[in-house]
Amino acid sequence: MAKVVIDGKEYEVNPDNNLLQECLSQGLDLPYFCWHPCMGSVGACRQCAVKQYRDEDDKEGMLVMACMTPASDGTRISIEDEQAKDMRERVIESLMISHPHDCPVCEEGGECHLQDMTLMSGHNYRRYDKQKRTHHNQYLGPFINHEMNRCIACYRCVRFYDDYAGGTDLAAQASHHHVYFGRHEDGVLESEFSGNLVEVCPTGVFTDKAFSENYTRKWDLQTAPSVCAGCSVGCNTTPGERYGTLRRITNRYNSEVNGYFICDRGRFGFDYVNSDSRLRRAVAQVNDEAAEMSDEQVADLLAELKSEGAIGIGSPRSSNEANYALRSLVGEENFYSGMADDERAVSRLILELSRDKAFHSPSIREIEKADAVLVIGEDVTNTAARVALALRQSVRNKASQLATDNNIPVWQDAAVRELAQHERSPLSILSAYATRLDDVASEVIVESYENQAAIANAVAARLSSNAPATAPLSPELQAHVDVISEHLAGARRPLIVSGSSNGQIELVKAAANVARALQDKNEVAIGLCLVQREANSFGLEMLLRAENGLGAALDKLSKGEVKKAIVLENDLYRRASHAAVDAALDNAESLVVLDLLPTRTTAKATHVVPTTAFSEHEATYVNYEGRAQLSYQVHQCKFGAQPAWQWLHSSDVNAIVQECSEEAKGFDKLSTLLPGIDQFVAGMKVPRQTHRYSGRTAEIANLNVHEPKQPQDNNSVLSFSMEGIPALKDASVLGASWSPSWNSNQSISKFQDEINGELKQGDTGRLLVERTESGAYLMPETDTVQVAEGQLLLARSLQIFGSDELSAHATAIQQRATGPYLSLSPEDASRLGISQGDAVSLNGNGAIATACIRSRMKTGTASLYVDDSIDYYALPAAIGPSKSEQQGSDRSLDGLIISDRYEEGY
Amino acid sequence: MVDNPLTKNIDMSRPPLEVGAYESNDGYQSLHKIAGGLSPEDVLQIVKDSGLKGRGGAGFPTGLKWSFVPQGPDSEQQKYLVVNADEMEPGTFKDRLLMEGDPHLLLEGMIIASYTIAASKAYIFLRGEYTKSVETLSKAIKEAYDKGYLGKNILNTGYDLDIILHTSAGRYICGEETALLNALEGKRANPRAKPPFPQVSGLWGKPTIVNNVETICNLPGILTYGVDWYHGLTKGKDHGTKLFGVSGKVKNPGCWEMPLGLPIRELLEDKAGGMQDGLGLRGFLPGGGSTDFMLPEHLDLALDYDEIAKVGSRLATGTMIILDDKTCPVGMIGNLMTFFSHESCGFCTPCRDGLPWVDAIFREFEAGKGTEKDLEILREHVDYMGPGRTFCALAPGATAPLGSGLKYFEEDFKEHIKQKRCPYKH
Repeated sequence: MAKVVIDGKEYEVNPDNNLLQECLSQGLDLPYFCWHPCMGSVGACRQCAVKQYRDEDDKEGMLVMACMTPASDGTRISIEDEQAKDMRERVIESLMISHPHDCPVCEEGGECHLQDMTLMSGHNYRRYDKQKRTHHNQYLGPFINHEMNRCIACYRCVRFYDDYAGGTDLAAQASHHHVYFGRHEDGVLESEFSGNLVEVCPTGVFTDKAFSENYTRKWDLQTAPSVCAGCSVGCNTTPGERYGTLRRITNRYNSEVNGYFICDRGRFGFDYVNSDSRLRRAVAQVNDEAAEMSDEQVADLLAELKSEGAIGIGSPRSSNEANYALRSLVGEENFYSGMADDERAVSRLILELSRDKAFHSPSIREIEKADAVLVIGEDVTNTAARVALALRQSVRNKASQLATDNNIPVWQDAAVRELAQHERSPLSILSAYATRLDDVASEVIVESYENQAAIANAVAARLSSNAPATAPLSPELQAHVDVISEHLAGARRPLIVSGSSNGQIELVKAAANVARALQDKNEVAIGLCLVQREANSFGLEMLLRAENGLGAALDKLSKGEVKKAIVLENDLYRRASHAAVDAALDNAESLVVLDLLPTRTTAKATHVVPTTAFSEHEATYVNYEGRAQLSYQVHQCKFGAQPAWQWLHSSDVNAIVQECSEEAKGFDKLSTLLPGIDQFVAGMKVPRQTHRYSGRTAEIANLNVHEPKQPQDNNSVLSFSMEGIPALKDASVLGASWSPSWNSNQSISKFQDEINGELKQGDTGRLLVERTESGAYLMPETDTVQVAEGQLLLARSLQIFGSDELSAHATAIQQRATGPYLSLSPEDASRLGISQGDAVSLNGNGAIATACIRSRMKTGTASLYVDDSIDYYALPAAIGPSKSEQQGSDRSLDGLIISDRYEEGY
Repeated sequence: MVDNPLTKNIDMSRPPLEVGAYESNDGYQSLHKIAGGLSPEDVLQIVKDSGLKGRGGAGFPTGLKWSFVPQGPDSEQQKYLVVNADEMEPGTFKDRLLMEGDPHLLLEGMIIASYTIAASKAYIFLRGEYTKSVETLSKAIKEAYDKGYLGKNILNTGYDLDIILHTSAGRYICGEETALLNALEGKRANPRAKPPFPQVSGLWGKPTIVNNVETICNLPGILTYGVDWYHGLTKGKDHGTKLFGVSGKVKNPGCWEMPLGLPIRELLEDKAGGMQDGLGLRGFLPGGGSTDFMLPEHLDLALDYDEIAKVGSRLATGTMIILDDKTCPVGMIGNLMTFFSHESCGFCTPCRDGLPWVDAIFREFEAGKGTEKDLEILREHVDYMGPGRTFCALAPGATAPLGSGLKYFEEDFKEHIKQKRCPYKH
């Protein structure tokens, strides 16, 4: 620690940081724009000017930028110095000369960092009376609005989008006061993280387009701390609701998980909650006639099914509570996985590996610290995007090391990037196709699943003689093995990444073997990041018996061994071949399906029971690490849907959490996630609505001029009202963050114990699984797929916009989604007479996909992205595609962002 | 002995000397001296002893700058020399004379400098508009390769060097050494933060020395004729000769080599022939567009870094711009402000948004719409865009003529306000 004097008062600070960061960590107000807590300093805006003094006797001092000055021991500065204050006021005045002052119609108004800083700096009278500089705006796609006239040129957008997130289609253009931040021409912003521009931009240049069309001021949004249900990372979010509709989602800081950034699926994939297609009431469906059911009738029906030994099929997209409630209703022995069998087998293995002392499951923050990474077969950009963003930071550890060696502080962002140039920590990728991380990878090896596993197992064998011996590889593959082994062996914090998305258990076995081989050498737990496809894949698996796979359940139904089933929030047609699902469901006497949107499975149900969406109920989810997190209810569902746990078990979620903690193996810590009301000021609830919430008395004035009674929340520590004590200190219930003088999301610094630290009294979740077991190497089992002449070995590809069942219903996401497409190499395409964009028959039974020719596909292989139109599990492991005369999908591949698009003659 | 080492070979009425003629006039002798057994450390000591200061404007001791390059087995082995030939300072055309007049002198200097700092690659970052320099330098580089002064194992020393000529796409900010490096890397020409200095992390993150053309052209003489000779060239505190230029309404504008330390008057009256008939000297910018005005009363000061600094200006590039008494000083400063405003890279706020405001005010003054309030805002901007407040030296450079102009020519500003027009226009 170092001691610095700020305005005559001594503070203990971290000398590895800059003065701005340390001032903010101390809770002092010092305005800034270009600095960002996790992107460091560049010194562009000159807003954080302070006076620095040489020593006690120096009364003159000189102005310095706090963000560009190290907080070294003995530093003496003044924030309050008149000259420094004057400088900061001048900077704001300058920034504002061409700003349109359109706050009343600007989406950022009320949560604008520029507004906050303007007030903080004291500039309030406009002296500039010359002509303003104006810009043209661009069309940037379905997610983001562009209003360049508001720009104050802080450079944060390009620093995030390009430098941090690896985007290539947003740039600083032109110069002097015409500097322009946009694309080379109108068009969709390609990055999967573009939505973060909304939060990174300190003013209203980049705003949330979907929100804009359905706009509400920040202070009029009802919010609560939530967890994204879009994938297995479990990013923390703040959904905001007004007048019964969910309006937007923003990032909610969690120091261990998402930090400051979420992906575009998480931010824009929510408006299915507001969909007109939502299931609204319980109905009995007999012979195409639908009869409405009362709550009592549903309860009676469920009780009857319970007594008749119905089976329950759970869901990886449903909460622990919903799955536990179903398990509790049907009995553990009758509770089955709702995942595809191949994927589920991997999920089971992941759960077993999570108990193994040889490994640790790294948080996003820990992934960022890895200094050598091997990714095996998992396209994390499309399955767990936040992990991909963290991997992109991990390759910069080499840069940090170089900077430290050259006495350059790591917060000097531009300087560190200049120094390091293309020097990166190793990131080796084994994949069936080119991925979006390839640009920062040290090796990209495009191979079949079988060869990926073989390479990884050979790496394990190379690293430790205890690992299973492997068959000799071709010299070419062996060369990869040598390089990867060297990278991993030389690393201090190696990380192995894989996952269950492809349903390829050999890949995860190999990943575990590599990690175990490293552990043999290092004798410290090795980072093993195994992602899954859905928000609660991990939690569901914890509730399951090993033998209770979906196939077993379907078998029982088709064979008539059981006649009744309850399906929880799951479209089984996405999980098994349509024939197998049909055979099972057609055979069921009673099929109760709980869900929030109609699916092919609800269409088969004898009874459909409507459930609430993630923002309409309180629940917990377990992410890929085994981290359980609590997601609060944001708003009430205005129609007859109820949380699944309420239909299945009881209306008291706390009681279910408590019971699950006690009854379900591994869930002991779950109940500690629930805060007690006694820990809040005067035992009062925390309001979901802000102090400034307006219009409550006028909300339904077209119907009734009296103020409606505020709904009660009998379950949580939050209330559906403005009354109560806001969470000023306790950040575990912090939905939207506000602090005096800080109305924007930058106010989060006031809730952190230090910048980038944990939230004060915040909650980062609980790692549920204890690592107590000592496992062994897993023997590879090769099952070589026979590929006949003319056939291509098939791999599966997933899309961030489209592969997730619920977000695929969101309007904004749909505009970025494509139809099914088959990626194939130029050589195979030419051999098969297939051109880019052709409709392609996959197996001659009617499945059609669009051909996407990619320059880096391995010949003899293809990868397939499917939507609901394709019966994926009916496809063989190798297919013989042919050009089809049939009309393909009406969605072209225009929205598809891949790095290796092949263009003939290019 | 030679007393004009920079221009001894220059005769603009003919093409520059080819390599053979250059050699026969002591050219490339310094390299034979090095090949005869001078280590890089020896050369560094000679350059330090010579007292050579950078001729690009800042006047930083060259040997000292070189000594910051990390050397030794543990240091980064790839090092670069970059010659700043992006001569865009208003009123400055001295480097052009050297490159068009005697390109081998620059190459010889570059080889000396590169050898000293152990750079295996040297770049010339050339102002794009200097098309004639492209021709002369390209030809000279080829000749030097053919003669074995460049390439592998130069003069059997085991030392390798390649020189790459890069023509700029053209921005004033590229003359700022770190912006130049970004431009050379193909990036936006925004300056970089210092520290780290280019000597530690420069071109492509490697240790790099950026020197001005004229600085480099001093080296062959120092090595060939020795430090004593170099010190003997001048009588003042600063050593060596310098190119001085004069532009404006003088009888004979141009560029000449003179020893440092002679009175300004000698440059203005003897070399430039004094003011044109009927015109009086109102003031002058001594070293290009980003230096403070000086007045006729300063004409007897020595052309020397410290002397000029004493009256609040800078010798800088040593190329004077003359303001006569029939030209409006407000118009002249306004013209410079338009230039600086346009050439801001747009990175830091005071420069990007301060200069356009200043420029807009000058345009209103020209149009007779200037006000006392505007004058006050101009004065504020002198501080606001001053040293330490901006990211690089561009805006502080712009405040030099602005601040000194507001001080020396305040009456002219006031007359514009009072008469609601430019009093110099009839």
